Amino acid sequence: MQARGLVKRYGNREALRGVDFAAQPGELVAVIGPNGAGKTTLLSILAGTLRADAGTVESPNGHVGWVPQQAGLYRRLTVEENLLLFARLEKRPDPRRAVEEMLGLTGLGERRGDLVARLSGGNQQRINLAIGLLARPAVLLLDEPSVGLDPRQRARLWEFIAGLAVQGTSVVFSTHDIQEAERYGQRLLVLADGEGLFDGSAEELRETVRGEAPEGAEGDFETALLAYLRHRGH
Amino acid sequence: MRAEGASISDSLRPERARSAWFLLLKDLTILRRSPLQAVLLVAYPILIALLIGFAISREPGKPRVAFLNRIPPGARVAGGNGKLPAVGVNRRICRQVECVDVGSREEAEQKVREGDVLAALVLPADLIERLNSLSTLHPETPEVEVLVNEENPLKAQAVDDRITALLARANLFIARQIAQEGGRYLNLVVDGGSFEVLGQSIEILGLRETASILEALRPGVPASRRPELDRVIRFATLARDNLDVAEPLIDRLAQPIAVDKRTVSAPTPPLEIFAIAVAATLTLTFVVLLLVAGSLALEREENTFARLTGGLVPRSALLAEKIGLGVAVGLLVTLLLLGAVQAFVSLDWSRFGLWLTAIALGGAGFAAAGAALGAAARDVRSVSLLAFMVSLPIALLSLVPSGAVGAGLYDVIRVLTALFPFKPALEAMTSALDPAGPGIGAPLLHLAILIAAYAALARFALRRFAAA
Repeated sequence: MQARGLVKRYGNREALRGVDFAAQPGELVAVIGPNGAGKTTLLSILAGTLRADAGTVESPNGHVGWVPQQAGLYRRLTVEENLLLFARLEKRPDPRRAVEEMLGLTGLGERRGDLVARLSGGNQQRINLAIGLLARPAVLLLDEPSVGLDPRQRARLWEFIAGLAVQGTSVVFSTHDIQEAERYGQRLLVLADGEGLFDGSAEELRETVRGEAPEGAEGDFETALLAYLRHRGH
Repeated sequence: MRAEGASISDSLRPERARSAWFLLLKDLTILRRSPLQAVLLVAYPILIALLIGFAISREPGKPRVAFLNRIPPGARVAGGNGKLPAVGVNRRICRQVECVDVGSREEAEQKVREGDVLAALVLPADLIERLNSLSTLHPETPEVEVLVNEENPLKAQAVDDRITALLARANLFIARQIAQEGGRYLNLVVDGGSFEVLGQSIEILGLRETASILEALRPGVPASRRPELDRVIRFATLARDNLDVAEPLIDRLAQPIAVDKRTVSAPTPPLEIFAIAVAATLTLTFVVLLLVAGSLALEREENTFARLTGGLVPRSALLAEKIGLGVAVGLLVTLLLLGAVQAFVSLDWSRFGLWLTAIALGGAGFAAAGAALGAAARDVRSVSLLAFMVSLPIALLSLVPSGAVGAGLYDVIRVLTALFPFKPALEAMTSALDPAGPGIGAPLLHLAILIAAYAALARFALRRFAAA
């Protein structure tokens, strides 16, 4: 997946200012930055749910899976009914088999008949993710996937996502959790005020901080990132 | 990502139609899962049908009026030396209203105060006496006493109208009786005859006979006196000839203006058919408009809108599905209402095809309007309130008849109501239910135009909000 010169304006405010982006097959890319940096806007444009004012997006053959931050589920349908509906809309050749596959993957087989409204936030997020995976996408976009999950659920989620990447799926996720980005992101895209500030690995970011803001380079990764942002005027 | 430029007709392509079908099944499942909504959808039309049914299956209600007649039995209105035929006061008045006989003025007042009756009518004992005094040198105004309880302006107006109409009829009846008697005496003056005064019969010569006698005497009168005699003969002849036309003139005085009512508009439907059409259209309005607007807003509220329109379903197919949902539920609910009304009023089921057409297009009109509202709102509560606030006044304005308000205001109302599906849907429903009613083509065409306009508006709103 590749995007060039993405611009998005909301009235007079520029949410994205010519951001470039690329993700290779099997790569895990973390999009990080402070609130209002443009993370969700970028992912929404890549997912096709939002139109950019300028710039281009090239998607690989195959569907782009989109997992929004707030679960996009029908609360008065059961787990199974939600999965079946989206499997049909994804035009899976055998929707019921796809549902079974996702129920197995999320470990929610026993709760297939439960209304989504009765599930915990963590379980709703698992269904949300499963729906994003129904089309077996070449690229999976996740907007703050671990928000609201307890540590155990979080660990299961990342284990699952890492497994997808190993199988060749490009995974792009946004997060506020810098440690999570450092741990799971093979590449980091740092956004601030709609501007792409950095694109590279966590190690490369530390190197950049050492060069540009040495006062923050010796602390943890979060301190280093904050020093970098401050140095860049954000 | 898929291109998003498809029209509603494009959404009928098999692939998109399948997606729309799956969404429709989903919406119906959600609807079924909401017990309150499901109960309301069934109970509401049945309740409305029962109310309308009971209202129209009863005869038009006569107002209940407490009636105290103190006129002595046998009293008659005098006409010259005689008396007019018995007026039959009780019978005449109680034909116009439902009389509740009371024994005293106090009882009448109590019934009015407690709301048992709309008003009380007290005919005093001297009513006939006063009526008879009108033909004497000392006339007294006959009066009847009316007791009313004007607890609110509408009731006050209704009571005033009823009592005024009742007294106008009574006055007209008495005036006619007097005019007839007057005409009889004029005939006596013109043609002659006998006349009773204080039990004595007096012979009246009459103008006709007077003129003849004078004509016969004329040759014997000296020539010098003839001009005077000729003047008397001419007077008698002129009076005879002109008083001939006085009788119909006096008769007309009792009711100088006659009404010749002609209907210039298309024939109006019977009241019960119109009432059923209004009930069905109101049901269709609220059920379909609120359902579709709420259902579309729910897609936003549950964050599924972006997921669906992000490549799974074109916006036009989503819109078509919501309109289909409105039409399907609208058909079900309205037919349920008509079926329940059948228990009270016999409907012409041979026109079932026209019913379906009117309901389907009316439902599609409300669904498209609901989609336009739902597309512009972010949550179900606000869109429900908005739909209610828009539809209720428009529905009420659509029922305002021409002439009830000023011409300028009526033109504004006409334009406003033409922009909303209620009026054409009501006209289509009335035409479908009434075999003798006007054609259904014009309202259906009007609805088709509104469906296209609201669907386009909804698509624009969806696109605008998706980009926001």
